[in-house]
Amino acid sequence: MRSVLAPRISLVIYLCMLMLPVYWLINLSLRTNTDIMAGMALWPHHPTLDKYRAIFADPTWVHAFGVSLSYVAINTVISVTVALPAAYAFNRYRFVGDKHLFFWLFTNLMAPSAVFALPFFNLFYAVGLFDTVWAVALAHCLFNVPLAVWILEGFVGGVPREIDETAAIDGYSFPRFFIRLFLPLIANGIGVTAFFCFMFSWVEQLLATTLTSSNALPFAAVMTRSYSASGMDWSLLAAAGVLTMVPGAVVIWFVRNHIAKGFALGRV
Amino acid sequence: MMDKPTNNRAWFFVLPVLVLVLFSSIVPVMTVVNYSLQDSMGVNNFFWNGDSWFRDLLNPDTEIGARFADALLRTIAFSFTALAVEVPLGIAIALCLPRRGWSVGISLVIMALPMLIPWNVVGTMWQIFARQDIGLFGAALTGIGLPYNVTQGSVSAWVTIVVIDVWHWTPLVILLSYAGLRAIPDAFYQAARIDGASRWAVFVNIELPKLQKVLVIAVLLRFMQTFMIYTEPVVVTGGGPGSATTFLSIDLVKIAIGQVDVGSAAAMSLVYYIIILTACWIFFTVMTQIDRRGDR
Amino acid sequence: MTRIALDGIAHSYVRHPRTDKDYALRPLHHVWEQGMAYALLGPSGCGKTTLLNIISGLIIPSEGRLLFGDRDVTRLPTEQRNIAQVFQFPVIYDTMTVAENLAFPLRNRKMPKALITARVAEIAAMLELTPDLNRRARGLTADAKQKISLGRGLVRSDVSAVLFDEPLTVIDPALKWELRSKLKAVHRALDLLMIYVTHDQTEALTFADRVVVMNEGQAVQIGTPEELFERPDHTFVGYFIGSPGMNFLPARVEGNRAYVGGNTIALGAAYPELTDAVQIGVRPDFTTLTDGPGLTVQVRRIDDFGRKRLAHVTLDGLPLVATVPPGWAGDGSQARVGFDAPHVLVYRNDVRVEGVAA
Repeated sequence: MRSVLAPRISLVIYLCMLMLPVYWLINLSLRTNTDIMAGMALWPHHPTLDKYRAIFADPTWVHAFGVSLSYVAINTVISVTVALPAAYAFNRYRFVGDKHLFFWLFTNLMAPSAVFALPFFNLFYAVGLFDTVWAVALAHCLFNVPLAVWILEGFVGGVPREIDETAAIDGYSFPRFFIRLFLPLIANGIGVTAFFCFMFSWVEQLLATTLTSSNALPFAAVMTRSYSASGMDWSLLAAAGVLTMVPGAVVIWFVRNHIAKGFALGRV
Repeated sequence: MMDKPTNNRAWFFVLPVLVLVLFSSIVPVMTVVNYSLQDSMGVNNFFWNGDSWFRDLLNPDTEIGARFADALLRTIAFSFTALAVEVPLGIAIALCLPRRGWSVGISLVIMALPMLIPWNVVGTMWQIFARQDIGLFGAALTGIGLPYNVTQGSVSAWVTIVVIDVWHWTPLVILLSYAGLRAIPDAFYQAARIDGASRWAVFVNIELPKLQKVLVIAVLLRFMQTFMIYTEPVVVTGGGPGSATTFLSIDLVKIAIGQVDVGSAAAMSLVYYIIILTACWIFFTVMTQIDRRGDR
Repeated sequence: MTRIALDGIAHSYVRHPRTDKDYALRPLHHVWEQGMAYALLGPSGCGKTTLLNIISGLIIPSEGRLLFGDRDVTRLPTEQRNIAQVFQFPVIYDTMTVAENLAFPLRNRKMPKALITARVAEIAAMLELTPDLNRRARGLTADAKQKISLGRGLVRSDVSAVLFDEPLTVIDPALKWELRSKLKAVHRALDLLMIYVTHDQTEALTFADRVVVMNEGQAVQIGTPEELFERPDHTFVGYFIGSPGMNFLPARVEGNRAYVGGNTIALGAAYPELTDAVQIGVRPDFTTLTDGPGLTVQVRRIDDFGRKRLAHVTLDGLPLVATVPPGWAGDGSQARVGFDAPHVLVYRNDVRVEGVAA
């Protein structure tokens, strides 16, 4: 038997290193500013939830949190809905220009936000969507729709074609087959795809802040903005930071077994 | 691979995606092309400027050209450094993960967590973490006598950005490698033991070849993401000190929004985009080739 | 080269096994002789692969000792055991050529180059892989890949045993015959101890000198193919070997007579008084429809296999399968059946009882 001890220890060390910055943020969020500035402490000696209370009591923060969640949700719904038939088409049929289209989608997945920031600003300003959640939700479609198509295509490929044929023979109309039979079969894939759309929309900030100013400012942007104004409220900043991790930490548990397939764009 | 039926009505299925992505991709790109070929006098007074923005940009003797060349080199250097650390580290950690058991799920969730934090929060988190007065990382490095200072030292700033990226994205490489490793049947390991293969031989002859496909994807994603890095360095270093961590994206936004030099920025955007498309195409070709070879 | 002895080897995946059901493999004593070909035969989940993996060292048994010659290897790792094993699905090293694949086990053991080349050439010739030696192994067909796996198993001349875990599962039926006869030829040429796991009785009976029949973690009988056929020690062996399986009838046995319902059947030996569940067993090959004297049965159907015909009949409602002799002319629903007395065996609680020659 080869030793399993060394890998385990390395793994534990790695995980600890990984969690250290997160822990530090939590640590600071539970201390007061005077306590923080007074000196280093590896753990909060007098933990307090004051800052969290302050955030929940402030309508700006609460509103921003709602804004973030709503554009993420809108984007996820749009992306998954339009991507489903497309993913099916790419996997099952050959049609004029399919390969080029698929590659073109892929390049959008890799599109640098910095290139798009300014034109997006002009575009959404022109159509009157600037500073609304719709602007951000639509802008994020730039990379989330291709992402959804790619991931779903991988999952659709995992369903044998015979199922389609059997359903046709059994007299299912296509829409009925697609909704009643096919979608339940790739439920896992839809979940994973939704998770990834959620994730990339949640973490993206360059477009989200460029396309909003006050009404639809995302939570994380309120946070960055707050520290210039209030003279470095480290503790508040840390608490807000911790709160931004919560939605991700909650949803991740549900897709933990399929996460790698999503990251591999459905190709493992 | 089985032959798919040809059916051009499939275009209807793709139509919604097409419309949406055309709207959010082609329109902005056309705007950029438009800007790149014009110059402006005042807000709405544009005139034809031909390829002069591009000529300036690609000529390192002009001010903008030198700036672009610097930023490009810096970005490429950053991408390669990050990949050189993340890929081997990711594979190594993936090898440390047990093949099954309760600890796997927990480990994977912990690893995925950094990727789910908004990117400017990642920046803020490290901005705090790297400070000498209230940050553990900065304090520890200063404590052991290293001349560490994110805001003042170029080396410190550069290293910090690399460390952040490694912290943030190595889990991606781990997850992909781990999925690849788990797909290897037990019989391969048993056969290797019976053939008397050393741990290293198992890695080189079984694991690495089987990981090829996922590693191409991992390298592709990581290369693209590092090549486009923006938010974290902006928050942590603001591109400084000096221009030590001014990567392409940052420079682009500085020129476009900071200096309102739309023409240069647009030309720069296009060149930048073309580089990314080229890299994309190379990876795409390699990826599909591996796919095809796997099918045989 | 040595013989391999199992000294009370047993394995359980449960920490503290209490009943027989907790064992994947129940305690087993057996000696595998060098130069012989054995088959481990049984249905899925009967423990045959567990036993194989214990011998190769992939599993450490929870009880008993494993001896290679006089050496106790129970706890030795696979690498130090001198065992070769071939798996159900082809295992090849993608990046290597066929020759490098075959040489791999030898190179890992630091054999001299010239010797490796010679040995690889010899094995490649036996398995007809010579034309492919310099090709990448990855591009080959499934059966060529499995031949490489077989080759890697056979290439080491110093092994104590070569173990095969259902190696022909992925091979086309037509090629199966060819590969199996090749294996037999290799076995004769190399004088190795081979242990071959399979759930296919034809494969086991044609390949092996000795067959170990396993069921529910237990070796129910170890014997030559002939013994398994003629004198199954356990009703399971009777059912499992031969097609169709043995006929079993609940009976009362007195001396050299068996009583089934109202019928009397002559036995080839005399038996003491037997209690519990007593059955008599007789193969369809020794159960014949006859025009002469015999027991009256109802004919339900007759299957014609070309070379032979089998009749499905009932004796007082109990199902039986009987051979229809070539000249038999009877038809309709009634017939008479005769049993070949020396081949009528007696079982008590599923285990064969030895009679005393009458």
